[in-house]
Amino acid sequence: MIQQVTVPEKKQFLDEQHWDVVIAPSSPWWKLNLGEIWRYRDLLRELVVRDLTAIYKQTILGPIWVLVQPLITSIMFAVIFGMMARMSLPGIPALLFYMSAIVPWSFFAGVINKTSATLAANANLMTKVYFPRLIPPLSSMFSTSFTFLVQLTLFFVFALVYLLSGSYAWAPGAALLMLPLLLLLEMMLALGVGLIVAAMTTRYKDLGFLIGFAVQLLMYMSPVIFPLSRVDVDSPVRSVLEVNPMTPIIEGFRGALLNTPMDWSTLWYSFAFAAVALITGLALFQRAQRSYADVV
Amino acid sequence: MSADEQPLMVQVQGLGKRYRLGTTNRQQLTDDVKAWTAKLLGRPDPTIPVGAEVDPQRIGEDFWALRDVSFEVRRGEVVGIIGHNGAGKSTLLKLLSRITLPTEGTIRMRGKVSSLLEVGTGFHQELTGRENIYLNGAILGMRKAEVNAKIDEIIAFSGITHHIDTPVKRYSSGMRVRLGFAVAAHLEPEILIVDEVLSVGDADFQRKSMGKMKDSAKSGRTVLFVSHNMTAMRSLCQRVIWMEHGRVRMQGPTEEVVAAYLGSYSSSTTEKIWNDQDAPGTEVGRLRQVRVAPASGGELFLWEDVIDVEISFEKYVDEPVYVVIQVSNSDNMVIFTTNIREAVPGVDKLKPGSHVAVCHFPSHLFNAGDLSLSIGMAHNGRMSFKVENVVSFSVVEPPRTGTWHGRRRGMFRLKLPWEIR
Repeated sequence: MIQQVTVPEKKQFLDEQHWDVVIAPSSPWWKLNLGEIWRYRDLLRELVVRDLTAIYKQTILGPIWVLVQPLITSIMFAVIFGMMARMSLPGIPALLFYMSAIVPWSFFAGVINKTSATLAANANLMTKVYFPRLIPPLSSMFSTSFTFLVQLTLFFVFALVYLLSGSYAWAPGAALLMLPLLLLLEMMLALGVGLIVAAMTTRYKDLGFLIGFAVQLLMYMSPVIFPLSRVDVDSPVRSVLEVNPMTPIIEGFRGALLNTPMDWSTLWYSFAFAAVALITGLALFQRAQRSYADVV
Repeated sequence: MSADEQPLMVQVQGLGKRYRLGTTNRQQLTDDVKAWTAKLLGRPDPTIPVGAEVDPQRIGEDFWALRDVSFEVRRGEVVGIIGHNGAGKSTLLKLLSRITLPTEGTIRMRGKVSSLLEVGTGFHQELTGRENIYLNGAILGMRKAEVNAKIDEIIAFSGITHHIDTPVKRYSSGMRVRLGFAVAAHLEPEILIVDEVLSVGDADFQRKSMGKMKDSAKSGRTVLFVSHNMTAMRSLCQRVIWMEHGRVRMQGPTEEVVAAYLGSYSSSTTEKIWNDQDAPGTEVGRLRQVRVAPASGGELFLWEDVIDVEISFEKYVDEPVYVVIQVSNSDNMVIFTTNIREAVPGVDKLKPGSHVAVCHFPSHLFNAGDLSLSIGMAHNGRMSFKVENVVSFSVVEPPRTGTWHGRRRGMFRLKLPWEIR
């Protein structure tokens, strides 16, 4: 009789059927354990903070780099492609035209490059401590998102400067509200592709080098240096651009930030592509990380 | 509540881990292509490392690092895991720590599990000591609020108060270990899994970490502890699991398992019997049998035991012949010699025939370590013959109450009369 008088919490704790941790040979790939990732949210935040502080502490210019990088690229593109090759849209300052695409593009490229190297970069951690293995790629994605937001702010500053100086009547419309959705789409796509590459690099390290070039090549297959509207509807270039899921996203950013004409329905294609990439990425990554500690 | 009524905290059932030999070396796409082409041409695989221990015939063969391992640990128990290198201890530790997944079987655990295979995991060079406490804490599964609540305590424990806001890259390795350990010491898991790498630091660090483990055990925490240090095992653990070739060879009360473990692995020969043909000796006499054993009759040669050496010999001549024992340590250095002549006055008048000489090494004499005895017979002021390393044994020290479990210095560990005036 006495045994029955137990504290409620303890009773649950002592429950013979209840185990907090069960380690078994394999769990199905779709079991992502999102609850566990949520429990480790402090680690996620610490890793994001680590990434950001480490970048700033290592360089002399520190946080300035985050702003200088897209600015220099934008200026370069504006001079080369905008002024010399006249590829940008007439009526819009070339600098703004290129920034509006380079900022989201460098986010995309950054997330892929970082998440694809995530297993190798955290090998030491992964052989010593358990934590949900999705945390490092997620943290790279969030720290890159932070950089993206800073760079996006820079765009707005420049746009306002143009507006106030009267040289360009910047007038963003309701399309500006599409920004969060575009960012989300980009996150899904970049994370998905990054995870696929990360999973494959556990077997083939060469892929880590290849992916940098591949992403760069993909940029020229996206409407970053020219608007989609300037490509002939019948040309083969157009069909290449339309297959690329980043095309609607980059065009979308431009549409949202500069109010350029945009067919928003094309985003459905990007969404479908991103969803497939993300699910494939999660599945492959889940499978790869399981045996990763045995391979390194 | 007695120990058996405590709830189960860890339940391991039929655990197994299989590795495939030789298939993890290829890391480049080109290697796969090369291996594939070589196979096609019937040439040896160029990607297999030269001089690798793996026999090419066995590539792809399975190797079970762990098989059929089952055990249970109840709340508040401190369980040691022992075994030689390659016995599967590290694999078991990795599985318990969830670093790698088992091939078969399950592990079930209750409550918060912390495993320490290393201190200071994930420290970032550019971050300050304080920032690294938060990072390392989070890696070890601490919530930010928890670290916030304990940050002052952690800093004080580490003893790096003045440099806590300096980047870790400027720390000495000792400071890093102290900081890492300070974080680990403030984890409050229900189950703590500790590797012996934690006991590689200096004496002060070992003392601290052992003290912390004892505290953990006292506060009702469940501890799984892997080590080669039998002294630490015997002082800390109630129960020991002995791993061999990836399986549990034996588990049970610490003393029993440790005794069996030391007994099975020590190269000691505690008894030597010669038959009539090969008994060593000269014209003065010869040896027939030598036996060394603790007087208590136990299996271990404990520091606190009297050790008896029994020498059966034959004496041929009617002149004084003396049995001599030389004790050597593991470096083959003679640490002392004892002669029956000084101890038994009547030995000069011993008649020819078969006799048994017994020497008692007093208790509290030898330091822990391997010892071997060379036995000889002296006649006419010189050694007539001597048989080197006839028997050997290992002296084991008793469990210690303190927190230092390293080896004491010196060949002897005498219990001397001391007093305070």
